[in-house]
Amino acid sequence: MLRRRHMVPFLLEVADLACRRGGRPVFERLSFGLAAGELLALTGRNGSGKTTLLRALALLVRPAAGTIRWQGKDVGAEPETWRGRLAWLGHLEGLKGDLTVAENLDVAERLRSATRPDAERLSAALAAFDLAALADRPIRTLSAGQRRRAALARVVLSGASLWLLDEPLNALDTAAQAGFRAALERHLAAGGLAIAATHTELGFAGMRTLELGSPA
Amino acid sequence: MNGFAALVARDLRLVWRRPGDVAVVLAFFVVATTLFPLGIGPEANVLVRIAAGVLWCAALFAALLSLDRLFASDHEDGTLDLLLLAPWPLELAALAKCCAHWIVTGLPLAALAPVLGVAFGLEPEVLLALAATLLIGTPTLSLIGGLAAALTLGARKSGALLALLALPLCVPTLIFGAGAIEALATGGDFGAHIAILAALALVALATTPWAIAAALRQAGE
Repeated sequence: MLRRRHMVPFLLEVADLACRRGGRPVFERLSFGLAAGELLALTGRNGSGKTTLLRALALLVRPAAGTIRWQGKDVGAEPETWRGRLAWLGHLEGLKGDLTVAENLDVAERLRSATRPDAERLSAALAAFDLAALADRPIRTLSAGQRRRAALARVVLSGASLWLLDEPLNALDTAAQAGFRAALERHLAAGGLAIAATHTELGFAGMRTLELGSPA
Repeated sequence: MNGFAALVARDLRLVWRRPGDVAVVLAFFVVATTLFPLGIGPEANVLVRIAAGVLWCAALFAALLSLDRLFASDHEDGTLDLLLLAPWPLELAALAKCCAHWIVTGLPLAALAPVLGVAFGLEPEVLLALAATLLIGTPTLSLIGGLAAALTLGARKSGALLALLALPLCVPTLIFGAGAIEALATGGDFGAHIAILAALALVALATTPWAIAAALRQAGE
């Protein structure tokens, strides 16, 4: 498993985590830690449990065993505080087809933080993914890559400490991938953490990788 | 409370963008209730006697029509995950969804019922009483229906299953809703029926959000 390479204290510590799906273990005795400004890439074959691990970290799936700690405290003790620290990008975008890009970001942020995002932050998030021209287009009229960009803009807008991303580069063209890398770099430089399940090489200096074993 | 208001506003806006979904429900209500006078014939005393029961049953079926999409659409596009991950209680989100459903179905059904009641030859005071019973009774239908929708989320044939789950649970509301009108006609205690309807709504309000939240968490796993 991962060893700490320097003496920066871990913000997120996962110890002996085990998850089961349909009665079968997906992974067992999984332990890792993540410090401020670190990115962890989850790799592994289809069905190795990358998505399950992300969902377990978000408390969407109850782990069979193990602990998840943030700054030394079990995150399950105050789940709402923990959820407030998270930004989530699943394999589904979490966008409403009948709402525009800007409306989707606005409502997602109000559901997440109960505050309305100010116009400046909203336009910055849109600009990070080159969405300014698409802001007033309903999501259902956009292509898969454009939707993915809108979902990533939602993650950026949240300003959350920990990004949980499931295949963030899916359907993105090279320009959008560069935009995503720049946004992720800013997030990490500001002391944020990110965990991304990915097939594609993210290509980050100092990125750590956790390879999940193939299921038995 | 901010997240609650944002969720209600979002659902209302989604309905506004796609008014057809609500129009179908209201059209069903109109068509279903007008079939009875046509089928039974214009015998005034018969129609007056069955009016409340027919209108209440039709309102119940109409409310169920739109319920299977209540959580399914959020489940399909991933926004349900965002609700599960919101840093405020999921119970409030469940209540917000049912609240929005009531505003776009229960409220217009209660407003339409007196208009349709005219076709049954009801007296003006009975028409008003009918609207009042629906106004107090339909929140229970939205809450119980919301629970059935959450429990059947992701199931095949969820629409039929939803009706099977929700209809028996709605029987008390139906009995006291239609019974109130009956009481008014026969000199019974109208107020007592209304009080029981309101009590049923309060019981649903106090219990279903927790059950819906639990069902949604299960669906999210």
